[in-house]
Amino acid sequence: MNSVPIRRVLSALWLCLIATCATAGEWSGFVALENRYFPEDALSSAQHDNYLSIAAEPEYYRDWDDGRQSFTFVPFVRIDQYDDERTHADIRELEWIKAAAEHEWRIGVRKVFWGVTEFQHLVDIINQTDAVENVDGEDKLGQPMINFALIKEWGTLDLFALVGFRERTFPGEEGRFRTTPPVDPDQSDFESSAEKDHIDLAIRWSRALGDWDIGVYHFSGTSRDPRFTIGIADGAPVLVPFYDQIDQTGIDVQATKGNWLWKLEAIRRSGQGDSFAAATGGFEYTFVRVAESDIDMGILSEYLFDDRDEDALTPFEDDLALGVRLTFNDAQSTELLFGVIADLDDDARVWGLEASRRLQESWKLSVEARVFSDIPAEDFFLFGLRDDDFIQVQLARFF
Amino acid sequence: MKRLLPLLLILVPLSSIAETPEEKGLAIAIEADRRDRGWHDQTTDLIMILKNKHGQESRRQIRTRAMEVENDGDKSLTIFDEPRDVKGTALLSFSHKVANDDQWLYLPALKRVKRIASANKSGAFMGSEFAYEDVSSQEVEKYTYKYLRDESLDGQPTFVVERYPVSKYSGYTRQVTWIDQAEYRVLKVDYYDRKNAALKTLTFKRYQQYLDQYWRAHEMYMINHQTGKSTLLQWSNFKFKTGLTSRDFDKNSLKRVR
Repeated sequence: MNSVPIRRVLSALWLCLIATCATAGEWSGFVALENRYFPEDALSSAQHDNYLSIAAEPEYYRDWDDGRQSFTFVPFVRIDQYDDERTHADIRELEWIKAAAEHEWRIGVRKVFWGVTEFQHLVDIINQTDAVENVDGEDKLGQPMINFALIKEWGTLDLFALVGFRERTFPGEEGRFRTTPPVDPDQSDFESSAEKDHIDLAIRWSRALGDWDIGVYHFSGTSRDPRFTIGIADGAPVLVPFYDQIDQTGIDVQATKGNWLWKLEAIRRSGQGDSFAAATGGFEYTFVRVAESDIDMGILSEYLFDDRDEDALTPFEDDLALGVRLTFNDAQSTELLFGVIADLDDDARVWGLEASRRLQESWKLSVEARVFSDIPAEDFFLFGLRDDDFIQVQLARFF
Repeated sequence: MKRLLPLLLILVPLSSIAETPEEKGLAIAIEADRRDRGWHDQTTDLIMILKNKHGQESRRQIRTRAMEVENDGDKSLTIFDEPRDVKGTALLSFSHKVANDDQWLYLPALKRVKRIASANKSGAFMGSEFAYEDVSSQEVEKYTYKYLRDESLDGQPTFVVERYPVSKYSGYTRQVTWIDQAEYRVLKVDYYDRKNAALKTLTFKRYQQYLDQYWRAHEMYMINHQTGKSTLLQWSNFKFKTGLTSRDFDKNSLKRVR
């Protein structure tokens, strides 16, 4: 976060923040207590079996000009019992938006999500993964940017200048979900001589056409996924992230037909070793009010493909995912998602369970569990997680 | 159905001669729809109070925006303020006269817009006793009709009209509606499930007229006879012709709205 463009954007927005906080706006957000238990012995004696942590994500929001302009500030902080890297803070959002009839300016630190599939988010590339948060890759770091959106009959054209690169976060030596040897982000290396100051560019067109939602984009800049080289830190081997300059073209499509959702995400990337293509595609079918109850049951299946095979920077290169989603439609908004991603080339399986339920009016209890079974040594990304099965309970208070 | 409509409209003035119950039911629905046209756009605040059979209450706070679309169903945006864990969640709907509605749900934690299967008409809206099809825009073409009788309801003369959902995804075989003869407002609806058993009753209270034309109920009470659960909707702060355009009902505004 010490590059010049970011600092400029941040200081401008900081002034904006001070100016607006003085006047009316509203605060919301949550504070969450989390406990993660790992039933299996850790690979390293530095790691622990049980981790307690607390996180907070307040949000300040204010709009003016009849809602056409808004300012949002979302800091995030987590304090972890053991993992020094997971104890971290981030500015998730610090943005100003100005909307007009045919365009929008969105400037500052933002989160942008692209994609339609459930088991993997291939096309989603704007934000870096906050990998210390969870293994599912769904937590993202705030990305400084200037985003102009042209909004016309023929769709929305988004132009992005991503000013300042965010490096991926990695668990520390005492943390779980890490590689062996651990990653040393202090030695990170970049293909671009501008390193973290490289300005990445992206352009995306998207539109809804009847039952179809379509997005196509091109990204040119620093890869969010690093490759790794072996290095030395304090006389011990470490993995050193290397961030290539890449070009990536992606497409995401969803067709919504009755109770069927058909989904496809595909990318082609060059600049990171040989060019390659990857895709995730599948469906979700919802049985509404099963057995005359209020429960909706969704059946999900997706195929995950990456033509780099075993060289892929992902464990999912020829995998089939299956899932069941239960939405109870009760006053407590109880939800449950159970799934498995199965490698079609060996016996590796990643099982997952996510469930949540509101308690009282402002509390939410979430349970998450993952099991990594029969992970072969060749599966570099998952092999380090082979003994990291876990169950996590989180109690959050929303305000 | 769509093709029949112009024909039936021509028939309406002649209806007093030999009108079938089906024709009269449709004529009443068309007249009610005609009287509620031209409001252009509206915004409201809504409090939902869910009650289970033990009397335990749970509250939701919502804001809604809607606009009329010529020759199609309304567009609407529903913004959730409470419970706090769903704050910022918003639902964008393009309702259609006969085809399934288009619906996008915005999930603020992930900044993700999800197109959802709106064939899911019979699903519960926000865990309430209202199904999506009960809260979505009520277009004439979504039902076929049959006039049953005239009846007095709480001292008001009403038409009792039975209507049958056209969509195969509906959770109902039929609905019996009580429509007051003076203003063509819906006062009560009895819902019958797919097995034709009495399921729910909805009553509309505290009607107020806006812009000298549009009647809006400020209270809607839905009771589920099979489970004993109920939901009360309290509407307030109606505003009309606020200048909303289709740009306020697109995926960009869905991501921006609070």
